[in-house]
Amino acid sequence: MNNIRPGDKKLNMEKPDKNGRFGKYGGRFVPETLTSSLEEIELEFNKILKDKTFWEELTNLQNDFIGRPTPLYYAKNLSFQISQNLWIKREDLAHTGAHKINNAIGQALLAKRIGKKRIIAETGAGQHGVATATACAMLNLECIVYMGSEDIKRQAPNIYRMEMLGAKVIPVTSGSKTLKDAVNEAIRDWVTNVETTYYIIGSAVGPHPYPYIVREFQSIIGTESRKQILDKTDSLPDYVIACVGGGSNAIGIFSGFIDDETVSLIGVEASGKGLNTDKHAATLTKGSPGVLHGSMSYVLQDEYGQILEAHSISAGLDYPGVGPEHSYLKDIERAKYYAATDDVALKGFKLLSVTEGIIPALEPAHALGFLIDWCKEIPKNQNILFLLSGRGDKDMEIVSKKMESN
Amino acid sequence: MFINETITNNKKTSIIPFITCGFPKRKNFIDLLFALEKSGSTLIEIGIPNSDPLAEGLTIQYSSNIAIKNGVNTHECIKTVRQARKKGLKIPIVLMGYYNNILAYDMNKFCKEAKESGVNGLIVADLPINESKPLVNILNQYSIDFIPLLSINSSKEIIKKATKLATGFIYCVSVLGVTGERNIVFDRVKDLVEQVKKHTNVPVAVGFGISTKSDITNIIKFADAAVVGSALINKLKDTKNDKIIEVASNFISELF
Repeated sequence: MNNIRPGDKKLNMEKPDKNGRFGKYGGRFVPETLTSSLEEIELEFNKILKDKTFWEELTNLQNDFIGRPTPLYYAKNLSFQISQNLWIKREDLAHTGAHKINNAIGQALLAKRIGKKRIIAETGAGQHGVATATACAMLNLECIVYMGSEDIKRQAPNIYRMEMLGAKVIPVTSGSKTLKDAVNEAIRDWVTNVETTYYIIGSAVGPHPYPYIVREFQSIIGTESRKQILDKTDSLPDYVIACVGGGSNAIGIFSGFIDDETVSLIGVEASGKGLNTDKHAATLTKGSPGVLHGSMSYVLQDEYGQILEAHSISAGLDYPGVGPEHSYLKDIERAKYYAATDDVALKGFKLLSVTEGIIPALEPAHALGFLIDWCKEIPKNQNILFLLSGRGDKDMEIVSKKMESN
Repeated sequence: MFINETITNNKKTSIIPFITCGFPKRKNFIDLLFALEKSGSTLIEIGIPNSDPLAEGLTIQYSSNIAIKNGVNTHECIKTVRQARKKGLKIPIVLMGYYNNILAYDMNKFCKEAKESGVNGLIVADLPINESKPLVNILNQYSIDFIPLLSINSSKEIIKKATKLATGFIYCVSVLGVTGERNIVFDRVKDLVEQVKKHTNVPVAVGFGISTKSDITNIIKFADAAVVGSALINKLKDTKNDKIIEVASNFISELF
């Protein structure tokens, strides 16, 4: 199954149109200095989509370096407890502990093709930073990671990992000192060093063609899951559920099922302290269309278009924007988006740990916590495919502190 | 045609100061605009503060944050220009902003109110030529000049498109990078300006990183105007309230 390239897939999602739009979302709203570089990346990406040697190299790395395919696991205990059939796609078992490596390796190879030797990245939870640092170590590229100083505090183990891998981590102290500000700083670096530098964006956000590139490199999750669940159950799942920050893991798994009309696609955002407070990150639920970080999409903003600070217990979901394709899928009602609070995520975190012996990252714990309650409202014994996008080692400190204080 | 003619017919060096609206203080900001006019500026570029200004270095990020904290928003910027005009400010005014602030205000409403208040041109830092059409159409409708930014790495095709759309002046960015004071080698921007001038008679200004009289002397050899932003803001940043006008006036006067 690993030999399926995005271009070969029978079930292929729509490409963005020639202006880089999914419906009205997407586009390329960046300083003019970046235009030529984005055009170069788009051209090279379209070339590699048809380049067999590129996909052979990537497939080998997916198999032997990342450890793909990641398993599809039937969660027997939890399934019994909630009277559903819960299948877990184990991206937590991918090398470096999350799905982020799929995209980081793909884009690092793309950067090499373009001839750029200096790589920059932003990171929230640190998973994309670690994945990029890993890809750069292996492919012998210089790596600089921008990370909000607030996130550095709450995801400390990942800083050590990035530094061990030879990356330079630059703390970002502007704005809310989280993911949004790390992206701002990465873009400023890129504008300055555009002739030598490739920016590996970690989520399905940013100016065209990034949302498309990230989706294609993450679509391996959907391609594998679809085949695995058909092999194991002889049927498609009734529901596919994933967490959404920028939305790269979700778009990756959705892409495998987008044309399967019977499959409901569900994205779960972080609602922090609650949707009725101003401390949440539920961009699709509470935001409105606007431009952030180079693309038109739903954003959290005030009436004058200033971006609002997001809040979530999980650094990976703590972002006031979302990938443009999710905005499109929401508007055309192909996917539905809900939100889960910090407390719901903590409940999911604990539950998966004690019932299945799997400690999830806080990000997918939102989707799991959500589905535990939500699945009471649907018929019993449905096949639910839940994407476990990463493992929870990075979150142990913050979760144990929270549980003590509760 | 107002901006174009003002620069073209200017007998002395054309200097364009940039200042974030409501910085350093909201209270005497209009007095500051008059001071900039009086000290010989050719036009004034007023920044609409933005929460995530991608094209700005630390200095304008700072002034943008202060302005937002001072309560400045898009509406306030337009209102400020209207009040300044009422008090007799004659100098051409260009607003510089980010696309989302204009979208959120509603492009049509923004252009209509900007025109009525006496704004002459608009620069949008994160709107590249290829995305600019919807806004340009509305600007044309209200006779507000569209001032495109070009970069030293812009392709011939982009340069051509920009020269077709531009009305007031064309803003050539001197360096790869964000705004802010630094040492600049002018070779590449000189090439860019020469390219631009092959296609148009619209004046060309150079900005980003320009802080000294000698920078300006160099630029004026090949371009029509120089934009000075961060250097002015740095001067004003730690200036006491009652000295703001004096410091700004002296700073501009000494650039000639």
